Amino acid sequence: MEYRRDMEPPQPDADGVDRREFIRKACAAGPVLLVMAKEAAAQPDQDGGYDPTEHYYGMAVDVEKCIGCGSCVDACRVENDVPQEHFRTWVERYIIQEDGEAVVESPNGGASGFSDIAAEGNLRAFFVPKLCNHCANPPCVQVCPVGATFTSPDGVVLVDAEYCIGCRYCIQACPYGARFLHPETHVAEKCTFCYHRVGRGLAPACVEVCPTGARVFGELRQRNSPLARFMRFSHVQVLKSHLNTEPKVYYASLDREVT
Amino acid sequence: MSGYIYPNEVELQWGLLIVLYPYITGLVAGAFILASLERVFKVREVEPTYRLSLLTALAFLLVAPLPLLAHLGHPERSFEIFLTPNLRSAMAMFGFVYAWYLMVVLLLEIWFDYRRDLVRWARQATGVRRWMYYLLTLGATDLSPRSLRFDDTAGRVITLIGIPSAFLLHGYVGFIFGSVKANPWWSSVLIPIVFLFSAIVSGIALVLVLYVFSTLARSKPIDMICLDKLASFLLYALILDFSLEMLDFIHRLYEAEESIGILSELVSTRLFLSLVVMQVLLGTLLPMVVLFMVSPAFGSRGLVPASDELRRLIYFGSAIMIQIGIFSTRWNVVIGGQLFSKSLRGLTVYKLELLGLEGFFASAALLLTPLVILYVLIRILPPWGEPAAPAAPLPESP
Repeated sequence: MEYRRDMEPPQPDADGVDRREFIRKACAAGPVLLVMAKEAAAQPDQDGGYDPTEHYYGMAVDVEKCIGCGSCVDACRVENDVPQEHFRTWVERYIIQEDGEAVVESPNGGASGFSDIAAEGNLRAFFVPKLCNHCANPPCVQVCPVGATFTSPDGVVLVDAEYCIGCRYCIQACPYGARFLHPETHVAEKCTFCYHRVGRGLAPACVEVCPTGARVFGELRQRNSPLARFMRFSHVQVLKSHLNTEPKVYYASLDREVT
Repeated sequence: MSGYIYPNEVELQWGLLIVLYPYITGLVAGAFILASLERVFKVREVEPTYRLSLLTALAFLLVAPLPLLAHLGHPERSFEIFLTPNLRSAMAMFGFVYAWYLMVVLLLEIWFDYRRDLVRWARQATGVRRWMYYLLTLGATDLSPRSLRFDDTAGRVITLIGIPSAFLLHGYVGFIFGSVKANPWWSSVLIPIVFLFSAIVSGIALVLVLYVFSTLARSKPIDMICLDKLASFLLYALILDFSLEMLDFIHRLYEAEESIGILSELVSTRLFLSLVVMQVLLGTLLPMVVLFMVSPAFGSRGLVPASDELRRLIYFGSAIMIQIGIFSTRWNVVIGGQLFSKSLRGLTVYKLELLGLEGFFASAALLLTPLVILYVLIRILPPWGEPAAPAAPLPESP
């Protein structure tokens, strides 16, 4: 799905074509996705249109809950046709060794899980899912020479694929490595919070498939939303806060080693 | 690859083509500033290079946007930068800065400077050349003393506007890199200024090489007073440039921000050859020492007496080394800034391809193009001044 700067907000579709498309992809992703997709399909569409000004999205990641299974990376690839060797989301594993050194890795973005590690010499290990932070003060949007990358009223940073000239300045400007140039369309690409799903009241694919609920997606400004509640009761922080990008992806139980 | 890099960082975004961009615009700005030395600051010694500098600046400026265009994922959409620029984007200003510099500064200055000769050539030449020169005069064939005075005044005013414009052009290119806060190698308030002075260095060095080469190719004697002056200015600019680079270097080391570890590793491993050896030792220190010894930059003659022949050789060699050094500087900024992960945990590698648009040959061709354009420009607009000098004022045509 493409996002245009001047587009109408996503409308609940009447014919369900996108849902069928989703199910087709979900079948490829495996049974977990399939079950989830059936559930999604069983739910009726929202009545009326989607008003992006009524929403403001964010995500929280509970680092302690992530088991590094890589389902989110897989689901994202299938849901969004992410080209191989590029990532809209990925999972990093940090191994803190006895000497205090951290060893970080993310083989294939963590999509296939991680290899076993020896207990000896290692103090602890943890996983950190990464994605576009949908910054409130996004450097990528600032630098785009034609305004092809923009922030939607609901706080999601998107790329207009028909407008992007492929200069890659936004990729350079992103401090988080969240962007890449699509090898076929030659335009900048990144996580959209699964905007095509969100507008229909569904959660992003990565959130949907996470077996431990390590990713919490939702409304930042509604006090009763699961996300707002999670943030009220957790100690959260953001990545590279010194750069003043004001990320809207928040991490609970984040280790100081994570960059 | 060593350490950890974000999975999306495996692919380098800006390659050799983007190295050419600051290199070429730097040559433009530097050559123009050299020209303005003669025009505004009345450094009469460098007069023989005045027009050559302007034509060199024009030839390189015409090519400057090509590597950018070739690098775009969608070059057919590039005009959107003019039509719907994002005014908060540094890059969006490129089209305007470029157009201003090309249209308002360079073309106008060259036209006013050449108008008198264009009229003469139009009257002397025959056939197609006659029409070409007449077209280039844009119909302004008045050679009265009053109109010639106007040419001169206009030229001087444009040069006055041109100096800050040249600073703007290349300072702006520096800003494109220096303002990327995500990248600690680029993010520095000094980068635009360092870019500027390295531009002046590279521009003077290029014109020096072109002057020596073209004069020898035409079997004319080289004006040693001019060459000595060029070498002196080259040395001054080199000292300023190096001081700024050192300031940047020491500042980074002293502040020792979180990126210092990975940047030190970057410099001592991946960039050792291109930065320490090529840029600093061979491209800066060696020419600086040599020029300091033989050029009359600080006195009526150099510290070490050298014959005209030897000085010519040393200047020429130094200018070539400086070109290599400045190219390495651009390489180290553009490529170097992408060789470390923004996770600050690892280094990656840049694999230069030979073929394809991003490849070595395409870039080499792009780098030779301005020289071809310059050759054509020189054929159309001889910058040597010799034929014009002896010519008596022509009778006014009705």
